[in-house]
Amino acid sequence: MDIAGAFSYHNLIFIMKGFGITLWIAFVAIVLSFVLGSVTGTLRYMRIPVVSQILGVLVEFIRNLPLLLILFFTYFAMPDVGLKLGVMSSAIVGLAVFEAAMISEIVRSGLSSIPKGQVEAARSSGLTYMQTVWHIVLPQGLRRMVPPIVSQFISLLKDTSLAIVISLPELMHNSKIVIAQDFNYTLPILALVAILYFVVNYALSLAARRLENKWG
Amino acid sequence: MLDISIFTDHFGIYMKGFGNTIWASVIALLGSFALGTIIAVFRISSVKPLRWVGTAYVEFIRNIPLLLVVFVFYLGLPSLGVTLSGFVCGTVGLMVYTASFVAEAIRAGIMSVPSGQTEAARASGLTYMQTMRHVVLPQAIKIVIPPLSNQFINLVKNSSILGVFAGFDLMYYGDQVASKTYATFDTYIFVAALYLVLTLPLSFAALQLERRLAKNG
Repeated sequence: MDIAGAFSYHNLIFIMKGFGITLWIAFVAIVLSFVLGSVTGTLRYMRIPVVSQILGVLVEFIRNLPLLLILFFTYFAMPDVGLKLGVMSSAIVGLAVFEAAMISEIVRSGLSSIPKGQVEAARSSGLTYMQTVWHIVLPQGLRRMVPPIVSQFISLLKDTSLAIVISLPELMHNSKIVIAQDFNYTLPILALVAILYFVVNYALSLAARRLENKWG
Repeated sequence: MLDISIFTDHFGIYMKGFGNTIWASVIALLGSFALGTIIAVFRISSVKPLRWVGTAYVEFIRNIPLLLVVFVFYLGLPSLGVTLSGFVCGTVGLMVYTASFVAEAIRAGIMSVPSGQTEAARASGLTYMQTMRHVVLPQAIKIVIPPLSNQFINLVKNSSILGVFAGFDLMYYGDQVASKTYATFDTYIFVAALYLVLTLPLSFAALQLERRLAKNG
């Protein structure tokens, strides 16, 4: 083990650059998947004929595939059918589509958990369907969704590491390059990478727990 | 259009990968269930050091990527003089990673049974083991099964990590077929179909089970 060598200035800078890419990709994918997932989840809850069914099938398919395979699709397979994306965009699109399917399911089941009686009461009080969803279902459903959505974001941040298969220069990718320089760097570098992931994700999970206690 | 001959011509290769994916999933499933149960018992134990070990395991492993866990076995162990195959590293990594989620699900289930029931059972003269068997576990299982079945579906999907480490699973062989036929899109569509053959019925069964438990509870 060569701790001083492993943590040389250049190595640390290189790894931190990777960490920056990891955080950036995760951030963009979180925003995109949240928007896409909320919209599809709400549309599925509203049981719009045809639209909800098609979305349901799509979401079930994507949710039940490995993310690794979806990344292979966005980067290696899509050019085959005429859609060529760069490494960065492939990673973002793959992550966003997969996590959006997960979030869609969280949103749908969160909204469905609001008792039907409330919807009926609101409708018979003269609210339109959209008003009922907006004023009655969403505010309550949202509270129940926050903890699972935050854990989904933690998964997303961890899942960015899978973009190593398409050579995205993120944290895992860069640390593997540093390890390849010298065998004795392996354990110190892996420990550093673990700590970096842990700190961000643990902070997120603490935040989720606080929200849960406040709203639960 | 989709070229079916890619699947039929390489049927043997696909099936080899499919079989190894199932094999790795079953081993990791059994292993993570056993390890996760032990960690859960540690987490609710009245012995402080055990509780610390259990909590540290769950909090740490849950917050790092699966890929990193496998790297520790695949790159970390060789630097200590132990070299294992990609299949073994991937499967063991998957087991260690999933165990943290299993432990958390089991702990949450057991904690959901009010402690007054345990106290009442103990006060009625039941031993600790009897209390667990007849009072706590039958109720906890209903709470535990839905999250646990979701974890196992995740496990099957996550087994694709073996492909990164030349672990001879479906992902790995899919890659082989793609580099042979150059028909990347079609090749991966069949890989996707094979994964869905495994995960869709599992998801459906999990949903049915959840509904049935909800009705009876």
